[in-house]
Amino acid sequence: MAEPCAELHVVENLHLSLPDMTRKPIFGAAPRIEILRGISFALAKGSVVGIVGGSGSGKSTLGRAMVRLLEPTGGRVLFDGIDITHRGEAGLRPLRRRFQMIFQDPTSSLNPRHRVRTIIAEPLRLHGFADIDARVVRALDQVGLAREMAGRFPHELSGGQRQRVGIARAIALEPDFILADEIVSGLDVSSQAQVLNLLERLVRDLGLTLAFISHDLSVIRRLCSRVIVLRQGAVVEDRPTADLFAAPAAEYTRELLASIPLPDPDQTWG
Amino acid sequence: MSFLTIRNLSAELKGHGVPLLRRVSLQVAAGEVRGLVGESGAGKSMIGKAILGILPRAVAITGGEILLDGVDLLQLPPAQRRRRIGASAALIPQDPLTALNPSRRIGGQITDRLVDILGWQRARAEARARELLAEVQIAEPERVLRSYPHELSGGMRQRILIASAFAAEPRLIVADEPTTALDVTVQKQILKLIQAMQARHGTALLFVTHDLGVVSKVCQKLSVLYAGMVVEDTEVRPFFAGPKHAYSAALLAATPKYTDPAASLQPVPEAVIEAVRREVADADRRAGHG
Ligand SMILES: Nc1ncnc2c1ncn2[C@@H]1O[C@H](COP(=O)(O)OP(=O)(O)OP(=O)(O)O)[C@@H](O)[C@H]1O
Ligand SMILES: Nc1ncnc2c1ncn2[C@@H]1O[C@H](COP(=O)(O)OP(=O)(O)OP(=O)(O)O)[C@@H](O)[C@H]1O
Ligand SMILES: [Mg+2]
Ligand SMILES: [Mg+2]
Repeated sequence: MAEPCAELHVVENLHLSLPDMTRKPIFGAAPRIEILRGISFALAKGSVVGIVGGSGSGKSTLGRAMVRLLEPTGGRVLFDGIDITHRGEAGLRPLRRRFQMIFQDPTSSLNPRHRVRTIIAEPLRLHGFADIDARVVRALDQVGLAREMAGRFPHELSGGQRQRVGIARAIALEPDFILADEIVSGLDVSSQAQVLNLLERLVRDLGLTLAFISHDLSVIRRLCSRVIVLRQGAVVEDRPTADLFAAPAAEYTRELLASIPLPDPDQTWG
Repeated sequence: MSFLTIRNLSAELKGHGVPLLRRVSLQVAAGEVRGLVGESGAGKSMIGKAILGILPRAVAITGGEILLDGVDLLQLPPAQRRRRIGASAALIPQDPLTALNPSRRIGGQITDRLVDILGWQRARAEARARELLAEVQIAEPERVLRSYPHELSGGMRQRILIASAFAAEPRLIVADEPTTALDVTVQKQILKLIQAMQARHGTALLFVTHDLGVVSKVCQKLSVLYAGMVVEDTEVRPFFAGPKHAYSAALLAATPKYTDPAASLQPVPEAVIEAVRREVADADRRAGHG
């Protein structure tokens, strides 16, 4: 058994390439696209780190590799001291409950044929939880969904309601680590605040470790103590949030800050 | 007269009598951008779907008018209504992945619209598709045209839907959260692009968003929705100077400003929610009596 360690999630020189099927010759292997090009960082237990970067920079791919929905093609991923880089599904199963990803695209990650109740309960059952009904209700309450939503199908919900079902499913499992991929961008500000308050509570009270992918720097500033900026599959900046906002080092980060639309018609904005 | 005029539109969940839209009225003139904001579940997407004639089967329109270029869509026979909408309106849907066909390459999905709706030659449509992808800042248009949706990032998919909505140069675009999956630098370029295309073609644009920062940059008019009811309909400038309705004021106060992290992102206060709920109930009662 690996020793418990202060760093919950460690990524070392992570590489990931995928075959580019658009250029696959009829015979032979497709050329590969390099999506992640040597990423390294370590997340301390109970820390909250923001991951930002342009569209297509590799954030979702990094997230999927960290929770081993994708297998890295180089480097290592360590979870709580355990090397999970190339573990098979059987070896991952006992760990899966402990690291959860909440997906950018809520609709495609929710089974359209299941009601909300089942969507949240299924993984709980799989991981041997007791009091499943009570846990489902509590998770709905926590994300601000009315209890009657338990009986609905995903297509009977609004976009933001679906997004919150995805959040409820992940937090119900009481994981040690959550990778949240763009989970509040589809929510109104009041629901955003509610979800952020919830995540902050989980971090404070239960020691949750959180990686938060977002393009919303206001949210990042509020939630995260550290920010990693990705560009074309590599880390261009990795610093405490306060420093980043005070003096952004990378040109890209400066550009990001300047592009944020403030709720003010008089702001000079490009 | 405005290109789009909605009057007293009401809709409910069939068989339940649960109101989803409550006597909604709003207008969008040619060349104008109207923002539509309100909490998650307020009915913003329903309004968009009602205009495009794609409401889910479980939802029934119970009253009101949707005038497109002066013609009430709700009075037209279905085939004629579809033709009219297809020829003059397009939707940028909220959910980019499900809106795209997973088993077809992107290229065909954009050009189909041009070929089917505008009757273009395939070659011309393909050239236009390539041009549009470049305009929405897609770095490798050739690869993307040959890709399947799952091979693209969230923001790429969203930009493809923006491009395909503009492809046929419709007179009305309903954009449902069109930039939520984009980082702010791309968002800025896309918003500028939308404004430019919209100014060039005089498109009327109904812009659903929860981001009042975005509203302040691109919209001239704004409707604030709560529980399917319009609680404020206003010009954008005075709104930012001081919203009239307490609920809108609370939304504005809750909008995050990275420049001022401490003062932002609070839930709308319980008292404000209670007041606006009472208002909705009162309006329902009045409508029931009158
Ligand atoms: N299955 C795949 N096959 C080929 N290319 C892929 C595949 N999945 C992702 N990519 C490519 O990898 C790159 C990174 O994608 P990823 O989804 O990680 O970006 P992202 O940073 O999450 O972007 P966004 O902010 O738009 O969601 C993109 O160029 C995308 O086209
Ligand atoms: N098929 C359906 N059956 C029952 N209720 C539905 C159905 N579709 C939507 N609803 C409900 O209708 C209401 C309005 O939904 P709509 O999608 O318009 O919300 P929205 O304002 O777009 O929210 P969001 O910002 O979360 O996308 C929601 O409360 C939703 O739960
Ligand atoms: Mg992504
Ligand atoms: Mg919606």
